[in-house]
Amino acid sequence: MTVAATSTSPPTTPGGQSGVRLARSRRNAELSLLLLAMVLVAAYGAMVEASVLDTVTPSFWVSAAALSAVFLSLHVAIRFLAPFADPALLPAAALLNGLGVGFLHRLDLARTTPAERAELATFAGTGGRQLAWTLLSVALAAGLLAVVRDHRSISRYAYTLGLAGIVLVMIPAVLPRSISEVNGAKLWIRVGGFSIQPGEFAKLALLAFFAYYLVRKREVLSLASHRFLGVDFPRGRDLGPVVVVWLISLLVLVFEKDLGTSLLYFGMFVATLYIATERVSWLLIGLVLFFGGAYLAYVLGGMIGGPFANFYLRANIWLDPFADPYSDGYQLVQGLLALGSGGMFGAGPGAGQPLKLPEVQNDFIFAGLGEEIGLFGLSALLVVYLLIVERGLRAALAVHDSFGKLFAGGLAFTLGFQVFVIVGGISGLIPLTGQTTPFLSAGGSSLMANWLLIAILLRVSDAARRPVTGGGPASTRPTGGPPEQLHGAPTEVIRP
Amino acid sequence: MNAPLRRVGLVVIVLFGLLFANLNWIQAYKADDYRNSDYNGRVQVAEYERKRGNIEAGGTALAVSKETDGELEYLRTYPGGAKYAHAIGYKPVNLADTGIEEAENAFLAGTSDQLIGDRLRDLVTGDETAGANVLLTVSKQAQDVAYEQLRENRRGVTKGAAIALDPRTGAVQALVSMPSFDPNPLASHDPDEATSAYNELQQNPDGPLKNRALGEVLPPGSTFKIVMAAIALENGVTKETKIPAGASWTPPTSGEPIENAAPSICPEAEVTLMNAVTESCNTGFAQLGVRFGADALKEKAQQFGFEQDDLTVGRLGEDGEPVAASRTGGIANPDGSVDPAALAQSSIGQRDVRMTPLQGALIAATVANEGSQMRPYLVSQILGADRTTNYYTAEPDELRQPVSGEVAADLREMMESVVQNGTGRNARISGYTVAGKTGTAQSGPDTPDHGWFIGFALDKDGNPVSAVCVLLEEAGDGGSAEAARIAGQIMRAAIASPGSR
Repeated sequence: MTVAATSTSPPTTPGGQSGVRLARSRRNAELSLLLLAMVLVAAYGAMVEASVLDTVTPSFWVSAAALSAVFLSLHVAIRFLAPFADPALLPAAALLNGLGVGFLHRLDLARTTPAERAELATFAGTGGRQLAWTLLSVALAAGLLAVVRDHRSISRYAYTLGLAGIVLVMIPAVLPRSISEVNGAKLWIRVGGFSIQPGEFAKLALLAFFAYYLVRKREVLSLASHRFLGVDFPRGRDLGPVVVVWLISLLVLVFEKDLGTSLLYFGMFVATLYIATERVSWLLIGLVLFFGGAYLAYVLGGMIGGPFANFYLRANIWLDPFADPYSDGYQLVQGLLALGSGGMFGAGPGAGQPLKLPEVQNDFIFAGLGEEIGLFGLSALLVVYLLIVERGLRAALAVHDSFGKLFAGGLAFTLGFQVFVIVGGISGLIPLTGQTTPFLSAGGSSLMANWLLIAILLRVSDAARRPVTGGGPASTRPTGGPPEQLHGAPTEVIRP
Repeated sequence: MNAPLRRVGLVVIVLFGLLFANLNWIQAYKADDYRNSDYNGRVQVAEYERKRGNIEAGGTALAVSKETDGELEYLRTYPGGAKYAHAIGYKPVNLADTGIEEAENAFLAGTSDQLIGDRLRDLVTGDETAGANVLLTVSKQAQDVAYEQLRENRRGVTKGAAIALDPRTGAVQALVSMPSFDPNPLASHDPDEATSAYNELQQNPDGPLKNRALGEVLPPGSTFKIVMAAIALENGVTKETKIPAGASWTPPTSGEPIENAAPSICPEAEVTLMNAVTESCNTGFAQLGVRFGADALKEKAQQFGFEQDDLTVGRLGEDGEPVAASRTGGIANPDGSVDPAALAQSSIGQRDVRMTPLQGALIAATVANEGSQMRPYLVSQILGADRTTNYYTAEPDELRQPVSGEVAADLREMMESVVQNGTGRNARISGYTVAGKTGTAQSGPDTPDHGWFIGFALDKDGNPVSAVCVLLEEAGDGGSAEAARIAGQIMRAAIASPGSR
């Protein structure tokens, strides 16, 4: 298939040097890495069974095999749909996803009696459901790759996506508490047995909008400015959208009682703004606005309580988790104890006691893993996350259009920032907030959204590494919309 | 836009660096703190992964660990229930361990350094060897009788204690504190059940959790006269020497007269020391006390074990259950001079003199064992999980020598007279020589008197086989006679038990 993929894009122009340089698709590298990742996942599953059940059952490989089949299908789809995509993204995400399923299955084993374990079907329990969600998410990711043959076509729906994003963010805030609240944070839509976290998808939609909006406005935002204290500050009227997003994030903070999501949206926006304008002033304004707002919320929470009380409480828990170790500080204290009990090398897969941790399948999955795989294992996981982020940023660097740069850069940063927010939260670095751990936490919304994110990064990296002079959608732009909507993106002059 | 993208990449690296640094702080630097934190339930789960060793006495298991389906793999159960609660203590999940369960925790839990052989073998075989078994000196028969007789005492007393020792070794034959409690709910894996059971016991005004045999200090009353008699014997008085007595005697400088328990007791002006002990003559001993002085009283009491506040009963040479210090208390005036009234009252075990039942049993055991006081102990042996490796066997150890053999022989003769002819007749056992001393201690103006009996039994060859102390708190009239009866029953059971001979 590699041959087939490369043969579709022979360099047509002899002078196309970049095309010659980037002609290798690296799909076989992806395959090798993916197989390595799946071997690790299978080995993890076997170690868990050896530790929890004292024996390795003949079916330990079933879920690893199912995962391998799913990811290999995606790999095959990439060979056809995005042959020049970055080869590290899929294996890295697959490794995290596979370990997540393995750990959730390990929780199921710990929760059930030996008699019930025999009954545990492949798709039963938290681990089984996560496996099913993985199938669906990967299928969606493949679908996105199939439908969106050129990432720039996304920009045509920027305003629709922006509106959808805001609506998705706001739905849980306006819904009654019984439907939207879980553990004090109103982030959910719970209907029947299903619960959806619309914020996970809103992230992607809002980023698409930011990227499009900022590409259009970047000149005016970066050039029209007042100089103050040696820093160029933007004009007042250009501050409008920033203030709107700031307000939205603060509203999220107040009405959804979720500092993490608020921090995430705002960080996401400030990062894309900075990438678009290259103005450090935006970073300063963003930081001042956010920390000012957070401090104000803390002071207000201490004084008048009300909608700010939750944030005030969380900040106080962060300042001293052991002040109330059995009630308010319980989660964070148990998280720290789990991490500390794991130590450098961890208790070994399956040998810890993750059920001591509240919310171990969601927020605290990193702490639960940390008890079993130790500092070395967690560091490795952080490196895998960092790999995805840096490969995403690399795709952004290499792609030629501004929208793609901004979109991919924003997505990559957001993924890394989310890891920072949740891992920092459970390890006491920053106040604890209810974010999911990408690819690890149980839950379909998060998994789907993150696989869609990977799909977009794959798409952008494919465009970045595709030989520029070759055939295919990138050069002919068959789906290209009206040029004004892209605002001259294809002819964008790249600043050094 | 590439320059800011690169900087964003750097920012992410910095953020991840912070995460990495923070994880290092938690998982490496602070790891031990967190691992051993009081809030960390993992310590317990790990502890319950290994089968805890048994506590046994005379071949009967008193504390065993049973396998469960729950997160904690073994449930500690006490088949003996309330009967042995104070002898062995208990091992709850969250609350504090007590008694032998606490003192021998390292062996029982299998974490002792001495079990290194087992641990190494586990590394190879992958098994979790159970903890070592702790064998107690307690005699099942004596404990049964002590528990039943105390519980069903004829005075209807609700609080009391009994302790029996082997005078030749110091081995505890029976240890009962009344009221007792069932330790099983305390060891429950359901934290609510354990806590509510504990709170209920804690709030019970009779204090069932208290180990009265080792921890209760009350005025010893006339049992203290054995100490006074020892002083007299060491200072030229023989058992046939006439000492001043009388129906009533008022110490110098004091308005409060000392009287006898009944008008029939030593109304004569002089009685022999033997008779004074036999009849429990208060006026005689009050005058002896004032004659020999407060220093002699304090010194001899200390030689018998009073004032020792670091004695424990468990394994010899190791920590065990702590024993409260018995005290002679204040005998001096505020200016430091001796108060004769206080001295007179202290001499008959009143005033501020306080004694534990164990101390009472030690005094009796000392007299029985020719003046040599053996260190009391509960743990006779520690066997590995395989029951073949022996990690410890008790080697009896003399604690002190309060009196010479001659003085002890005289005291023994006088105490035999108490049981033969005097106040302790209820303690008699046919076929054995029994000696003892009763005590009736005033506890307060409105509360009934405490009844005491300390004594010992000799077999046909004159070897002491059991020394005992029984305390019935607030038993009123006849309390000491009932205590003597119970003591006799306990000693009879101790003699009959297979281990005693």
